[in-house]
Amino acid sequence: MIKKFLQEVGEYLLLMKRAFAKPDNFRMFIKQIPREIEKLGVDSIGIIVIISIFMGVIMTVQTVLNTENPLLPRYSTGLVLRDTFLLEFSSTIMSLLLAGKVGSNIASELGSMRVSEQIDAMEIMGVNSANYLILPKIIALVLFMPVLVTLCVGFGLIGGACVAQFSDLITMSDFIYGIQYAFIPFYYTYSVIKSLFFGFIIASVSSFYGYYAYGGALAVGRASTHAVVNSSVLVLLSNIVLTNIILT
Amino acid sequence: MIEVKGVSKSFDGKSVLEDISTVFLPGKVNQIIGQSGSGKTVLMKCIIGLFDVDSGAVMYDGRNLPDMPQSEKKMLRREVGMLFQGAALFDSLTIMDNVLFPLEMFSAISREEMRKRARFCLSRVNIPQTAYDKYPGEISGGMQKRVAIARAITLNPKYLFCDEPNSGLDPVTSLVIDRLIEEITEEYNITTIVNTHDMNSIMEIGAHIILIDKGHKAWEGSKDDIFTSECKALDDFVFASDLYKKIKTRVNAG
Repeated sequence: MIKKFLQEVGEYLLLMKRAFAKPDNFRMFIKQIPREIEKLGVDSIGIIVIISIFMGVIMTVQTVLNTENPLLPRYSTGLVLRDTFLLEFSSTIMSLLLAGKVGSNIASELGSMRVSEQIDAMEIMGVNSANYLILPKIIALVLFMPVLVTLCVGFGLIGGACVAQFSDLITMSDFIYGIQYAFIPFYYTYSVIKSLFFGFIIASVSSFYGYYAYGGALAVGRASTHAVVNSSVLVLLSNIVLTNIILT
Repeated sequence: MIEVKGVSKSFDGKSVLEDISTVFLPGKVNQIIGQSGSGKTVLMKCIIGLFDVDSGAVMYDGRNLPDMPQSEKKMLRREVGMLFQGAALFDSLTIMDNVLFPLEMFSAISREEMRKRARFCLSRVNIPQTAYDKYPGEISGGMQKRVAIARAITLNPKYLFCDEPNSGLDPVTSLVIDRLIEEITEEYNITTIVNTHDMNSIMEIGAHIILIDKGHKAWEGSKDDIFTSECKALDDFVFASDLYKKIKTRVNAG
């Protein structure tokens, strides 16, 4: 098992070395990046927005209902929601969602290309397929992660504001005061920094499993599962490391 | 010309190819034939360089592939065209973009010249203009193979490899593909190597054939030599069906 793990790590590093090589044709390479941004980033906005709004709503409701303590100020709900979204939800939890959506997308796309010999066709033409196919995905996702983080925080707070507006659990003025109270701008920077690492992990690990999916349709399915599971675990592990480095 | 000298290859200690030597000449359709599992695909992959050989040499016009540095191998690959068993067209690109891909990647000509060349290659393999903007999934298997041939010849390759080009095609379409490969090979003086076990294809275009049996070269000749050969492995492979046994009896009876 340890041997297999070390072998996979070695193969991953060698693939990354090939992926981070000089492009065969810079113009063709650059053309890939907007396409990948659209496929991996822009197409993920919908799900991120929906989940953020609903999580903002439910977290606000839960916080109000479970903190009925006269010693706690009424604005604390807004503060809790803001810091939860800024510190963990917008980076870590959103990345776990993306590992599922984007990770399986990348692994199945590359896996299908592998089993239908499209990657071999590129290699035989003399194209560095790892560079042409994988690096634009990594660049696209890393570039777009700050946008998704921002949208996630923004729509999470909008979800909370909806509770204040349409229920009598909390007043809008308390909520607004709470989300502005003791705001530490560095928390946003912290979240963006973490998301950049998570974007790299999701894109590169999923590409690795898709790129080496040998076999048929079953191998593509297996690659997709491995991509989601392993990138999720790595996101969680690296979250601990990054939090310790950045916040302590 | 591609010369294979004493090529051997094994996987996990199990020998798959042993001491294969032959010469593939330009302007002729060279075929590697043999039963499934005989080692013909491994031999082709060794020739292309997708597998490293254990011993022996693969000479491309005097240049030994296994000894080449990576950069030289990369340059050599630009002289190679390949037709895959499943066509291997890029799903996300249209027919036109598939053929343009190698040109955009490696040629320095203008965009208009690229399109002109792509149109020429597509018309050479009889793809109608109405199909240019379609995606590979929207055209038939035979048409996909023809587009793959067009893509393989866009950069004027010196060497063309075809891995089971007739797989999954009906006899009539197979014949069209075979004739196309033969015409293109002669027209552009390409060294073409076809990996096949399709008997019609062997009898139709096999100018130079080598039979691989259990990892060894069992026989070498042309389609015309097949009926007069006394090689048992060739007999067992080519005349396995009743139809071909009857044909051989009739041919030998004059």
